[in-house]
Amino acid sequence: MTLTEKILAKASEKAQLSPGDNVWVNVDVFMTHDVCGPGSIGVFKREFGEDAKVWDREKVVMIPDHYIFTNDERANRNVDIIRDFCHEQNIKYFYDITDRSNFKANPDYKGVCHVALAQEGHCRPGEVLLGTDSHTCTAGAFGQFATGIGTTDGGFVLGTGKLLLKVPPTLRFVLDGEMPNYLLSKDLILQIIGEITVAGATYKSMEFVGTTIESLNMEERMTLCNMAVEAGGKNALVSMLFPFLLQDKTSVPYEPVYSDQQASFLSEYRFDVSKLEPVVAKPHSPDNRALARECKDVKIDRVYIGSCTGGKTEDFMAAAKVFLASGKKVKVPTYLVPATQKVWMDVYSLPVPGSGGKTCSQIFEEAGCDTPASPSCAACLGGPKDTYARMNEPQASSLLSIKVCGCEYYGLLVQVCVSTTNRNFPGRMGHKEGQVYLASPYTAAASALTGYVTDPREFLQ
Amino acid sequence: MALFSAATSTATVLPRNLAFASSLSRSLLRSPRFLSFPTAPRNRASVSIQAPRAQAAASSSASFHGLCYVVGDNIDTDQIIPAEYLTLVPSKPDEYEKLGSYALIGLPASYATRFIDAGETKTKYSIVIAGDNFGCGSSREHAPVALGAAGVSAVVAESYARIFFRNSVATGEVYPLESERRICEECHTGDVVTIELGESRLINHTTGKEYQLKPIGDAGPVIEAGGIFAYARKTGMIPSR
Repeated sequence: MTLTEKILAKASEKAQLSPGDNVWVNVDVFMTHDVCGPGSIGVFKREFGEDAKVWDREKVVMIPDHYIFTNDERANRNVDIIRDFCHEQNIKYFYDITDRSNFKANPDYKGVCHVALAQEGHCRPGEVLLGTDSHTCTAGAFGQFATGIGTTDGGFVLGTGKLLLKVPPTLRFVLDGEMPNYLLSKDLILQIIGEITVAGATYKSMEFVGTTIESLNMEERMTLCNMAVEAGGKNALVSMLFPFLLQDKTSVPYEPVYSDQQASFLSEYRFDVSKLEPVVAKPHSPDNRALARECKDVKIDRVYIGSCTGGKTEDFMAAAKVFLASGKKVKVPTYLVPATQKVWMDVYSLPVPGSGGKTCSQIFEEAGCDTPASPSCAACLGGPKDTYARMNEPQASSLLSIKVCGCEYYGLLVQVCVSTTNRNFPGRMGHKEGQVYLASPYTAAASALTGYVTDPREFLQ
Repeated sequence: MALFSAATSTATVLPRNLAFASSLSRSLLRSPRFLSFPTAPRNRASVSIQAPRAQAAASSSASFHGLCYVVGDNIDTDQIIPAEYLTLVPSKPDEYEKLGSYALIGLPASYATRFIDAGETKTKYSIVIAGDNFGCGSSREHAPVALGAAGVSAVVAESYARIFFRNSVATGEVYPLESERRICEECHTGDVVTIELGESRLINHTTGKEYQLKPIGDAGPVIEAGGIFAYARKTGMIPSR
C-alpha cells in the first residue's frame, strides 16, 4: 500500500485498502479557525443539539488566524463565537486572542493555523488530520494524512470524530539531484503545478520522494505539501526521513510510516532538480508557470512575504539572505507578515548566517521594508477591507508610458504584486483587477530590490 | 436548498440506472469521488429509499428549468464568494441570505452581464454552466451555499474541484452535475435550458441542442434530501429528532 492507503487503513481499522474504497475514518485531530469554525459549530449544534458535547475535547484544535487585526465587527464576532464554544466545551487546544491592539499581549495566540499546528505538535506521522481549510494538506510534510473539508463535514466530525472518505490513488513525484542555492521548494511546487495543471491531482494524493526531498528541512517540506491543493490534490505526503524533533512538542507516541516497496502508484513524475530554474506563477492561475527571468520586464508595485506557504521562519531567512547579499534598498513597498508569533520572534531574534549576527528584522529595516506585521493570514486572501497589505486599489499609482513611433502614450497599469503566497486567482489578495505573481521568498526579495520580477541569481552568487 | 419541479419517480429511475451502469467504468476512471458508490446493487438500494416520494408523481422526473449563466474554466471559490464576505456564517439564516446576494461577485469585469443584477439579492439564472475545475481553491462551504442561496439549482461543469463537489453534496445546496463534453462554449448566458436529472440530459431551448450529462449517482438522493444530515436521518442511518 501507499503511505496514504496505509494511514487510512489504520484509521478505518482495515487490513487492506485500495484507491476508490469508501471508508469511515477515525479522526485524530480536527482543526478549524475563525472563518469556518462558526459555521461548523452552527452545524454541530443544529444536528447534535444545543447541549451536545464534541466527540473528544482533546482532539479539537481551534486557531483564530484569518481575520484578526480588523475592525470588522462580524469578523470579531466570529472569534467570539469560537471562544464561547471552546469555553463551553472545555476545548484543550484553543489559541485565543483577546487584545487585538497588541498580539504580544496574548501568550496563547499563535497565528496561521497550518504553521501553528506544526509548531504545537499536532502534526504526527501516521495520523489523520481534517481541517476546515484547504491548506490543511500542509501537514503531509510530517507524514500525516491531512486534508481540507467543508463546514458541514466539520460539524459532523465535531459530533462523531469520524468521516466517510474515499481512498485516493497516489501520484508519485520523484525529485532527485542537488538543490541549487538559488532555488527554494516553492520553485519545486510551482514547477510541478505548471507541469500537471491546477486540476492535475484532483481527487488524488501527491507523494514526494527523492534525494532532493530528503535534503529539505521541515519548513521547506511544508511549503511543498501546502500547495498540493493548488493542483487539486486531496492530500500530500512526505515520508518521515528527516530527523525532526517532535518529542519536545508532543507527548503522544508516533511511528514513522512509509509507502511499501511494492506500492502501486497511479503515475510517477521525475524531476532533476539540479537543472531547474527559479519560476513564478503569472496571473491569474497557480499553474501559469514562467521562468522568473522571462518576466524581467514586468514592473511591480509591491512585494508580499507571508502566509502558511511563504511566511515561515525559513522563508524570512531566505528573503533576508537576498537583501544581505545585495546591500541595496527595496524599490517598492515590501510587506512582511510572519505566519505565527513564534516566526515573528524568530525574525526579531535569530541571527542570519553570514550577517555578523544581524537578525532578519534588522536586515529588513536596512533594506527599507515595512515593519513585520502582526501574525495572521492577512492579505494572502484579501479579507476585510482594512486588512494589512490588502490590494484595495485596482490601479497602480505609477503611469505607464510607451513610446511608439516617437509618440508617447500613457496608460494606467493594474496593480502588480509579487507574493510568496499560494493563490493568484482574480481577487485573491483583494481587488479583482490586481495581478499577483506567485514566487519563492528569494524571487520575491530580488523583485523588491529591482521593482521588476527578478531572478534571484542576480543577487545570489 | 433549491426546489425543483417534481419528485423523482420510479419511472425515471430505471433509465438513470442504466445510464449509470453503461458509463460506469468511464466515470470511475475520470472522476473518482466520494459518495458515488460504484455498484449497481448499492445504487438500487438508494433508489428504493426514494420509493415513498415516487408515488406522488407517476411519470414526472426531477428537472430544473430556467436561464443559464455561463462561465469558463477554473472558477475558484474567491470568484464565487470573495474572502471579504466569509465573515457571514452560513448556518445563520439572515447571513445565509446575504451570502446569496454576493454569489459570483468576484468574477472579473470581463463578465459584462452580472450574475445578480444591481439592487437584487437573488439571481435570475438558476443554472450555472462552467468549464473545467469549477470551485477550485479554498475549502469554504460558503461557495455552494452562496450559489444555492442566490437561487441556483444546479451547476453543470466539465469537472469540479474535490472540496466544492463534496460541499455541494454535503449541504444539498446545488446539484454539481458534469457534462459529457465541453458545453460552456456552446451555451450563452441568458439561454433557456432544462435539465432532466432522470435522463441525465441538458436541453438548450435557445439553440435547440441537447447534451448528455454524467449521472449524478448516489449523490443525487443526498442532495435531494437536503444534505448528508437530512439524508442520514431520512434513511435511518442516524436517529430522527
